[in-house]
Amino acid sequence: MKPPPFGYHRARDVAGATALVAELGEDAKFLAGGQSLIPMMNFRLARPAHLVDIARLGELSFLRRDDDRLHVGALTTHHEVESAPDRSVRGFEVVREAMRWIGHLPIRTRGTAGGSLAHGDATAEWCLLAVLLDAEIVTASPRGSRVIPAGEAFLGFFTTLLEPDELIVEVVFPKPAPHAALTEFAERRGDFAIVAAAVDLDVAGGRVTGGRVVLGGVAPVPLRVPAAEALLGAGERADAELFAACGRAAAEAVDPPDGPGPGADYRRSLVRALVARACEEALAR
Amino acid sequence: MDDAVNDKVLLSLDVNGSEHEVLVEPRRTLADVLRHDLELTGTHIACEHGVCGACTVLVDGAPVRSCLMFAAQAEGRGVRTVESLGRGDELSDLQRAFTEHHALQCGFCTPGFLMLAEGFLAARPDASRAEIREAVSSNLCRCTGYQTIVDAIEDCAARRRAAERTRSA
Amino acid sequence: MREPGFTADGTWVGASVKRKEDPRLLTGRARFVDDIHLPRMLHAQFVRSSVAAGEITSVDLSRVRDVPGVVAAFTAADLDLGDITAVLDRPRSEFVPTAMPVLARDRVRFVGEPIAIVLAEDAYAVEDGLEAAEVTYRAGTPVLSEEQALAPGAPLVHDEAADNVLLDVSMFATEGIDDIFADAPCVVSVRATTGRQNALPLETRGVVASWDARAGQLLVQTCTQVPHVVRTVLAGCLGRPENTVRVVVPDMGGGFGIKCVVGREEIAVAAASLRVGRPVKWIEDRKDALTASFLAREQRYQARAAFDEAGRILALDADVLCDMGAYSCYPFSAGIEPLMASAEMPGVYRVPAYRVRGRAITTNKAPTAPYRGVSRPQYVMVMERLFERAARELGLGPVEIRRRNLITTFPYTGVNGITYDPGSYLESLNLAERVLTEEGWYERQRELAGQGRFLGIGYSCFNERTGYGSDAFAKRRMAVVPGFDISEIRMDTSGTVVATTGTMSHGQSHETTMAQIVADRLGLDLDHVFIQQGDTDRVAYGWGTFASRSITIGGSAVGLAAGRLGDKLLHIGAHLLRTRPDNVELSGGRVRKCDDHTRSLSYVDIAEVAYLKAHLLPKDVDPGLTATASFDGIGDGTFSNASHGVVVELHAGTGQVEILRYACVEDCGVAINPQVVEGQARGGIAQGIAGALFEQVTYDEQGEPSAASFIDYKVPTACEIPDISIHHLETPSAFTGNGAKGVGEGGTIGAPAAVLNAVNDALRPTGVELDDTPITPERVLGALEVRWTTR
Ligand SMILES: Cc1cc2nc3c(=O)[nH]c(=O)nc-3n(C[C@H](O)[C@H](O)[C@H](O)COP(=O)(O)OP(=O)(O)OC[C@H]3O[C@@H](n4cnc5c(N)ncnc54)[C@H](O)[C@@H]3O)c2cc1C
Ligand code: FES
Ligand code: FES
Repeated sequence: MKPPPFGYHRARDVAGATALVAELGEDAKFLAGGQSLIPMMNFRLARPAHLVDIARLGELSFLRRDDDRLHVGALTTHHEVESAPDRSVRGFEVVREAMRWIGHLPIRTRGTAGGSLAHGDATAEWCLLAVLLDAEIVTASPRGSRVIPAGEAFLGFFTTLLEPDELIVEVVFPKPAPHAALTEFAERRGDFAIVAAAVDLDVAGGRVTGGRVVLGGVAPVPLRVPAAEALLGAGERADAELFAACGRAAAEAVDPPDGPGPGADYRRSLVRALVARACEEALAR
Repeated sequence: MDDAVNDKVLLSLDVNGSEHEVLVEPRRTLADVLRHDLELTGTHIACEHGVCGACTVLVDGAPVRSCLMFAAQAEGRGVRTVESLGRGDELSDLQRAFTEHHALQCGFCTPGFLMLAEGFLAARPDASRAEIREAVSSNLCRCTGYQTIVDAIEDCAARRRAAERTRSA
Repeated sequence: MREPGFTADGTWVGASVKRKEDPRLLTGRARFVDDIHLPRMLHAQFVRSSVAAGEITSVDLSRVRDVPGVVAAFTAADLDLGDITAVLDRPRSEFVPTAMPVLARDRVRFVGEPIAIVLAEDAYAVEDGLEAAEVTYRAGTPVLSEEQALAPGAPLVHDEAADNVLLDVSMFATEGIDDIFADAPCVVSVRATTGRQNALPLETRGVVASWDARAGQLLVQTCTQVPHVVRTVLAGCLGRPENTVRVVVPDMGGGFGIKCVVGREEIAVAAASLRVGRPVKWIEDRKDALTASFLAREQRYQARAAFDEAGRILALDADVLCDMGAYSCYPFSAGIEPLMASAEMPGVYRVPAYRVRGRAITTNKAPTAPYRGVSRPQYVMVMERLFERAARELGLGPVEIRRRNLITTFPYTGVNGITYDPGSYLESLNLAERVLTEEGWYERQRELAGQGRFLGIGYSCFNERTGYGSDAFAKRRMAVVPGFDISEIRMDTSGTVVATTGTMSHGQSHETTMAQIVADRLGLDLDHVFIQQGDTDRVAYGWGTFASRSITIGGSAVGLAAGRLGDKLLHIGAHLLRTRPDNVELSGGRVRKCDDHTRSLSYVDIAEVAYLKAHLLPKDVDPGLTATASFDGIGDGTFSNASHGVVVELHAGTGQVEILRYACVEDCGVAINPQVVEGQARGGIAQGIAGALFEQVTYDEQGEPSAASFIDYKVPTACEIPDISIHHLETPSAFTGNGAKGVGEGGTIGAPAAVLNAVNDALRPTGVELDDTPITPERVLGALEVRWTTR
């Protein structure tokens, strides 16, 4: 289980990184934390001819507030976010708390927000959070920079809107989500979720006036569930009954894969339980 | 195969406080360079896909999987392996805790757990037993059932805290 | 000179001394196979079959040899090696021997089967080489299940095994058993299947082979539990005398059975090394270890038991079918699992009538090897399920029905012809129950039931037969019969003792526990005793470590040898102290006069005479301080026993099984080192829980294994394995030199049954019972939801 050969290049700045990947062509890839790319290379499931190591781009490693917005630099590690002080994530606690679901400590000390988003795993916590909170993914490429709304970023199974030479620079969460939560279930601590559920509630006077429900593990991309969200928009009392109904609605709305591993019925059951649980946790925040 | 791609690179690595130069293919993982080029065979390999943790070392003080890092990525960083614990024949407090609690049987997983714990406790000296267990769940052990590993780390942390208290008192 | 670890009565045995192995393992100074570097060493990997069944139509390695760094590549034809064939002394109607070629020749029988070996300058280039291999197949229809294997006209995995059956034995068949079932007031049955598992030592298999020109020997350094057996097979396959092969085992990262059989890769690597005249290393990668190594445990039971109104078992009737995969492992053969289950299924219970049919089938899956517990985790699970089910039918408590059936008078000779030495079957169960009762778990269960939560309490009772001697193994009718062990002991001029053992520790702490035995026999400090193992040139023929035989048999041999050396020290000491032989004793590293403790000689003094001033020795004593002894298992061996008590909660939303409490009451006779015993129990239980709840290798319709990584093969972590309390009972063995009983497998044997019973106890309100392992959350949730939907 040794990786295939490749040429190694170390980028000095963002412009250099994207220019180099553009020049090296299709088989060149950015290397960030390597926690997704290197296992795939060790299994020889990925065989980039060139890797452009972006880890030294210190300017991409930050967690910053500007007014209501939370900016997370692409190279910020899961662990840096997990250990962020209260003040820098106030209103965005869901982002920090979600980090503990990502693998294990030694994965989180290397893996990055940008790498996760670019990898585009439909159960990845960063992808779910980005869709849940309407994040903007800011990128740079030789053609300039652009902003990709998270809702449009994920196209299919491990496929995103990113061009090969397009580098994620940061992800921006536009407004606080004080009543949001992400929860999931896997057979074993640290595994990728079988099903993950993230919710963001608008709560006023003990009633839920709006909300978002995003699921991982039931579709090739992080999936919003309008049928469940509709229940949250009706101004009902914020209680277990509503949350259970929301879980049921979500379970009915999804059509999970029935491949090897956990079956569709089981995933649907998990959706029911986890959406309800995420709602409870979101309310309790 | 593109020959240019196979070119070796000269790396300078800071491992356990000393500088080493190695000329290797860029694809060589940190684990392999430590084990086979620097002959620091205390770091083990048991999966090469980031799950077992036998290859755990510290990079700039944080536990990482050395099988999921190319040696080239470690240039300019400080790498610490199990060989850096203790002094000569004298075991460190963490190593002593492991032997006292019988936290190892075959010992193959042990260097990984030691480095995991070393990095974890440095950042979280006050961790609770539940938090320690959670950290221990990063690595696999097939022999012990984990309980004594958690015991050893918990005990070591408690002794460090006690020592800290007497020092500041 | 004695340390705090010492017991109060001044012996090493019984003390939890720190392990002698630990310092090197903790500092990174241990040496495992992959840590060995030899000059000019090449790295090997294998081109493996991508189809589960078929003919090889061509193997083209020409492009492989062009890959930069690749030095050579060989097929079966290039190496021309003998096959590995495990044989039982049984008629063909009962057992069909099948050959396992070192490299597949014209046929492949499972995905991952080795076809060619590639050698390269480094571990990276060799994988580049593998990618350039071109193999074509005429793929056949794979046989992947009991149904497919036994179907009339099924494709044959081995032409010589008609019906795909490798072993078919019917045993015991107590007269009148059918009438007992017909007349019994209560008959219960269980059909259970258990998942295919991987023993999964953290260190994968590996070998470094090199030619020692000076010694004229092939040196094979490999992580095996059975060094001498590997040497015998290697010499056979290579067609060379055994003395020209030396097998050395460095530190070893676990084995659990998978390393007590001879792997074909070891042989191919040795042959390739001889061929190219350079050292060759092979380290199995995890993908191969999960898919192409030896697996275990895929079994199907159809069992029934008859009971009287009082809950006493009257008869047991079982049909056991084991899916052994593509090949018979050496030396145990494909009979290992069904024979173990058939011979020992009645276990700790007084079963008056018994009938069993045991079969091994062959399928197009990776082959199997013994794995910690061998069949006992499964048959214990089935037995314990039968008792629970009968208890429900008869309205008895699950613990009470066991109490009524446990063997309580010893020695007891069972319906299976096995004689059980004394144990604490009933006492251990009572204690396990008391622990859970006193902690209030039954009340908690009632309380939570009121809240609609699912708490379950389960038990298992079992014994673990250990110390199988030559006679016991001969009953299995293996063509080569393991059993005895030989120890040679030597004291050098510094008074330090080295004792050899033919067993092979790979985590079990024998360097410490066997040293404790020797230290006591010789009145020596532990620091002066060393155990030597794992070198066929330095250790007399031995059978290695498996079947919990090491302390019982190896430890007994070591103890006997130490005793003989002690006699010699006494003899010489008495002569030099000018006193009668019965007026001297060994203590504190000295020979002392009994009637005058001030008169003594240190072992160093005696060693000096024995080696450097031999003219001072008594006339009837040879120079030097050495002794040899052997030990063989007595009778049917010695049985350790245990009872486990488990509390689980099933989580309604997810089906997760959370273990809230695990108590283990164990009796392994004299515990040489209690901490080591507890370690064996806990580690074993963790593996049993893994089998009960998490781990399974499945195959798709093409025979492609589902789990090629640790993402899919779910080895539990510290968050899934609970803390386990261990409670010791001690019924010393009369059959071993030290009163100890083996303890390597018990935890693994008892855990699945206890966990399964607890889960089913929790499921009681649903009316669903789960008898197949692993019990995944998906299946638990399915059971819980049956209840919701039928309401
Ligand atoms: C054992 C294990 C368990 C894990 N469990 C989880 C889990 O539960 N949840 C989870 O979400 N993840 C999990 N991961 C994956 C982990 O979170 C990765 O860190 C993450 O998916 C990728 O980040 P990275 O920085 O490591 O990216 P890399 O592996 O370096 O790169 C991944 C991909 O993204 C591209 N890329 C990286 N950075 C950028 C960028 N800035 N712009 C554009 N493209 C970029 C790369 O070219 C590559 O294609 C696990 C990994 C392991 C090994
Ligand atoms: S070898 Fe690196 S995590 Fe297993
Ligand atoms: S001690 Fe053997 S794997 Fe942990």
